[in-house]
Amino acid sequence: MARDSQAALVALNRFGLGARGGASGDFLNAASDPRGFVKAELARPNGVLLEVPGLQSTPALGKAVFDYQFGIQQARDAAAKQLTPAPATEGQPPPDAKAQRRNLSLNSIAMEMAPKEPAKPPDNAAMAPAEAMRPSAPKPPPQPLNIIQKTFRAEALARLQRAVIADCGFTERLVVFWSNHFCISANKGGPARMWAGSFEREAIRPHVLGRFGDMLRAVEQHPAMLFFLDNQQSLGPDSRAGKNRNRGLNENLAREILELHTLGVGGGYSQEDVTSLAKIITGWTYAGRLGQLGAPGSFVFNANAHQPGAQRVMGKIYDASDVTQGEAVLADLARHPSTAKFIAAKFARHFVADDPPPALVARLVDVFTRTDGDLKALATALVDSDDAWKAPLSKMRSPYEFLVAAGRLLAQIPNDPGRYLGGLNALGQPLWAPAGPNGFPDSNAAWAAPEGVKLRLDISAQIASRLADGADPRDLLELVAADAASSETRRTIERAESRQQALALLLMSPEFQRR
Amino acid sequence: MATTMDCCEGLNPSVVSRRALLLGGASFAAWAYLPKFARAADGRDPRLVVVILRGALDGLATVAPIGDPDYAGLHGSIALSSNGPNAAVGLDNFFSLHPAMPEFARMYREKKAAVIHAVATSYRDRSHFDGQDVLESGFAGPGRVQSGWLNRALEGLPKGERVMSALAVGPTTPLVLRGAAPTVGWAPVAVPQAAEDTAMRLVELYQHRDPALASALKQGLALDKAAQGDNMKPKPGTNGVAAMRLAARGAAKLMAADDGPRIGALAFDGWDTHANEGGPVGRLAQLLGGLDGALAEFETGLGPRWRDTAIVVATEFGRTARINGTQGTDHGTGTIALLAGGAVKGGRVISDWPGLKPANLYQGRDLAPTTDLRAVMKGVLKDQFGLAEKVLAESVFPDSSAVKPMQGLVG
Repeated sequence: MARDSQAALVALNRFGLGARGGASGDFLNAASDPRGFVKAELARPNGVLLEVPGLQSTPALGKAVFDYQFGIQQARDAAAKQLTPAPATEGQPPPDAKAQRRNLSLNSIAMEMAPKEPAKPPDNAAMAPAEAMRPSAPKPPPQPLNIIQKTFRAEALARLQRAVIADCGFTERLVVFWSNHFCISANKGGPARMWAGSFEREAIRPHVLGRFGDMLRAVEQHPAMLFFLDNQQSLGPDSRAGKNRNRGLNENLAREILELHTLGVGGGYSQEDVTSLAKIITGWTYAGRLGQLGAPGSFVFNANAHQPGAQRVMGKIYDASDVTQGEAVLADLARHPSTAKFIAAKFARHFVADDPPPALVARLVDVFTRTDGDLKALATALVDSDDAWKAPLSKMRSPYEFLVAAGRLLAQIPNDPGRYLGGLNALGQPLWAPAGPNGFPDSNAAWAAPEGVKLRLDISAQIASRLADGADPRDLLELVAADAASSETRRTIERAESRQQALALLLMSPEFQRR
Repeated sequence: MATTMDCCEGLNPSVVSRRALLLGGASFAAWAYLPKFARAADGRDPRLVVVILRGALDGLATVAPIGDPDYAGLHGSIALSSNGPNAAVGLDNFFSLHPAMPEFARMYREKKAAVIHAVATSYRDRSHFDGQDVLESGFAGPGRVQSGWLNRALEGLPKGERVMSALAVGPTTPLVLRGAAPTVGWAPVAVPQAAEDTAMRLVELYQHRDPALASALKQGLALDKAAQGDNMKPKPGTNGVAAMRLAARGAAKLMAADDGPRIGALAFDGWDTHANEGGPVGRLAQLLGGLDGALAEFETGLGPRWRDTAIVVATEFGRTARINGTQGTDHGTGTIALLAGGAVKGGRVISDWPGLKPANLYQGRDLAPTTDLRAVMKGVLKDQFGLAEKVLAESVFPDSSAVKPMQGLVG
């Protein structure tokens, strides 16, 4: 079979997560049948699911985090010798969570990400310098991880392991794309950190090769999203609960559904549409610790909090005054022409170029519309498009793509997520914790900025200082790019003063950084 | 490699990373050149700092119109009061300042700080991202603009020597300062550096194969030297509030130097207080305390240069006049801008107050804007740097000739 090394780079790097090292044969396979190499994963929809022993459902995690926070609160109250009644408010975060959110509202990475890692021998994870390399620096006694930190790290580990071993990694790239489109931030507070992984497993993965409308509904009804954008606090002003408690609307989630999740800014909605949608989704919440409305941590429609009556959104009246009212709006938003345009352009921008070929975007709009938001058809259309293969490899890998690609090349299946999480923090893409509901940026301006590139070099040097003894960098270059490697890159690696330096330069080469 | 034995704080998750600090707390960027007039004979050496508060600051909670009979009802449980514990600080007989800003209150008393109230950009929708685009681009509406008004103002200034060569562009230059005029930036260092020889080899490779990355890496390599040796590393537990101070301290130190930048911008995130905003204490109070601390850091750090400095604090839009159902405020319109610095003609709240009666609210929900924020920015640029009105109306704030510079804000 004819070999096309340039197309192999596109298959592996633009669509996938990079060639695996060892005897994977990834580069040769991609070069013999580039499209087939990418599309093979699309034939295995169940392969997108992440079912790992030990990872629990959102309600189970919800119960655990509510109980944990309740316990802390009780201990605090006891310490303060104050007698405070237990929070009995369904769907409200316990007071402890509120207190945390206030403190963590800006940049809580330091506090919440801090796993207070127990001292242990260096594992084989690749992404950061070994703690053990520190010259006998006395360590503070390690604190045991709490349930939230443990859960977050277990979820992160499962995701990273999957990414590092995936064949091509195309469906994992799709997961990351959709997870970022519908992002939450773990920094919002305990429940968000607890649910960050289960949100992706339950609301994103099952629909990555399914329908956009189904993903949209799963996302907006997931407790993690309801918590992240405050909807569990939003009460219909004329609902029973709203009148009783003299509380009312919070339009945060409604606005982001329209602006970020479906129509896009400029997609034709008004402030009235935001307010109406906010009213429609009042009552969309999750059951709290006491389980008065349902299993703790599960989505529930609380009719007591729901604003009664018909509402108009985007010119259409929605009569039903129950959970189907909001579901009907979401179904219509998923089919709206603005949504098709917004999604198609964002999809093409992510995979192909900051300014993607207009013909490609038009084709994706058409497929999205014609198939009623079939995301497998959308992904297939992308891979089938010649435009998507011809465009030069101009995009910079995101920090996540870079670190995972390095782990794949160096065959480092992590058994601890710490180094990856640290590397992602340093490079500005902390896992499941973007700075705002618009997610991480997706442009060269964001990831190829001077300081970012310099940091990437520093981190590459750190990785190389630990792992360069494993393989000859000249052989690794064959696995990464074979005869698609430029003569300059080849020469730079061959002439390096050490294996360590050669590996750092390989990881920073345009062949490894651009996709 | 010499650096392998260093401990690597940036990769230790228990320490906030440089980039994370920037994302959450603050970023600083500045013009890469000294203005020619910086060495003028009259000894005046003006400095300008623009602080962008991302997320939409609640102007009514920061400088509260306590004299307006409708204020307390609208702001409800989070309204400030002029008496009791944590009382707001009276600025005049109508407006009071949030108690979390004692430094600003002092500057105001010393007539080195001023407030412009009921101000807004020309943007009238409620998307953060579009609102920030308008605030920072200086264009009348949102769009994919790649340059900011402060950068275009720099193009109108006579260019002198380059500022200290150790500065490089930070990873997150705010849009307000992006554009054709070269900029530099600074951020605390947290990751041990690759060997210089490795970096030089990579620059060589990029120069042959990837000029864009070559340029980025070369600039990135120039970073950190000016601040090296300083105690600027983020510390464990650094939160956004401390990060604001830290960034301001670093920026002030750099801007105080004879060969340091004269015109810079910072961006602070986190002002989107939809729920549990808090009144005299609470979430917004913490943020305002951070901002107040940052202003004080500039005053201290700039030393004698503070005399000729103006700091402008602005945000993309305001928040609803009435609190929402969750003790917070949703996206609104009119808000405040703050001025601080030795060059500011302060001690005043400048406002054409629209009132808070239902009929006076913008769309029945927001403080109605009566002052165009561009008038404030134009006034500062004109008086601080002598930029011509024509330049301000055409290239700095395109199509804004109807918006006249506000007179007498600084000088």
